[in-house]
Amino acid sequence: MSSPQFAPQSPDGHDHRVEQIVGRLLQLGVLLAAAVVLIGAIALLVQYGRDIAGFQLFHGENAALTSIKGIITAAFHGDSRGIVQLGLLLLITTPIARVALTLVAFVIQRDRLYVVTTGIVLILLLYGLIWGRA
Amino acid sequence: MTIWLLALLLMVGSFGAGLLGALTGLGGGLVIVPMMTLLFHIDLRYAIGASLVSVIATSSGAAAAYVREGYTNVRIGIFLEVATTIGALVGAALAGFIPTSALAVLFGLVLLYTAYRSFRAPDEHPVDLPSDPLAVRLKMNSTYPTAGGMRPYSVQGVKGGFALMFVAGILSALLGIGSGIVKVLAMDRTMKLPFKVSTTTSNFMIGVTAAASAGVYLHRGYIEPVISFPVMLGVLSGALLGARILAGARTLWLRRLFTAVVVVLAVEMLYKGLRGGL
Repeated sequence: MSSPQFAPQSPDGHDHRVEQIVGRLLQLGVLLAAAVVLIGAIALLVQYGRDIAGFQLFHGENAALTSIKGIITAAFHGDSRGIVQLGLLLLITTPIARVALTLVAFVIQRDRLYVVTTGIVLILLLYGLIWGRA
Repeated sequence: MTIWLLALLLMVGSFGAGLLGALTGLGGGLVIVPMMTLLFHIDLRYAIGASLVSVIATSSGAAAAYVREGYTNVRIGIFLEVATTIGALVGAALAGFIPTSALAVLFGLVLLYTAYRSFRAPDEHPVDLPSDPLAVRLKMNSTYPTAGGMRPYSVQGVKGGFALMFVAGILSALLGIGSGIVKVLAMDRTMKLPFKVSTTTSNFMIGVTAAASAGVYLHRGYIEPVISFPVMLGVLSGALLGARILAGARTLWLRRLFTAVVVVLAVEMLYKGLRGGL
């Protein structure tokens, strides 16, 4: 079945093992984020559950909950909305962590082309998350 | 409506969307935004923020399982993510200037296209044509598991696939969806990858693409905790359950049901967008 000209250019076995570890970490990241969101959600419902919801009009999020520093501060002061937001922030960073780990895998494999390619993706993601500009 | 009731209804709706999305393979993200805006009259920007978050959750959970099976092509995924993340950042920049009525019309068209595609079987195409020279240089050609062991495949149309991925990134940011349908179009039809490789590599990329615009939207206040938590938890639990029961499910009538829902939502979005009521 397999003919030499179509054989993968680099042994995929190594690639695959690294990706499995990365995949596991990714699942753990999602579960951790979901757990933090759930804790925050329960606190939020206890605290504000009976308030009237008004999201028909956009008024932006409370300034404190739109920056990484603000979210972490709010969450560690026990603010329920801050805890939910921290969980969502963890979730957004999970795929970014995956790209970072993939970068490490390509560095180990000394695959310079894909170190550069993965580095570009990582920089674009961090640019969006940290500076919030597009 | 109190926050309790809104959270409960959103969670039930999102659970259903996640479950149907996983069972039909069409993804739940597509129906989340129309549900939130049409049924609950939530502002489109909050809906997009919540939907992107749920897209990240389901894609990251499912991607790990696929990687274990050995279909995902990490090199192709990373290379095309350059296009999708640039597209997502461009889309996020544009989002502030495009009127919501125009976004509703665009959403309606994407929904209609998805419904149309869902009834066309994936074209069988040979996967061992001579490779695009660019794919050789980028080390994209690889192997995938079949009943008869690992089978090699070669990659076509790298530039065309890259361009389509840029569009997928823009749509993902503007509409808060995973754009899986455009990603598969690029990889299956343009780059001629085996179908399983297209779908799993697409899933691998969806979370990364969504994270690019979600990061920007977080700073802009589109991600509202009260709305996002029921959607994220609902879609995630629905998708996890869907993945568990997928093995024994008869999916044809589910696909029809889901497609019918998508068509109804498409018509509503087009109507609201054209009348300027959203």
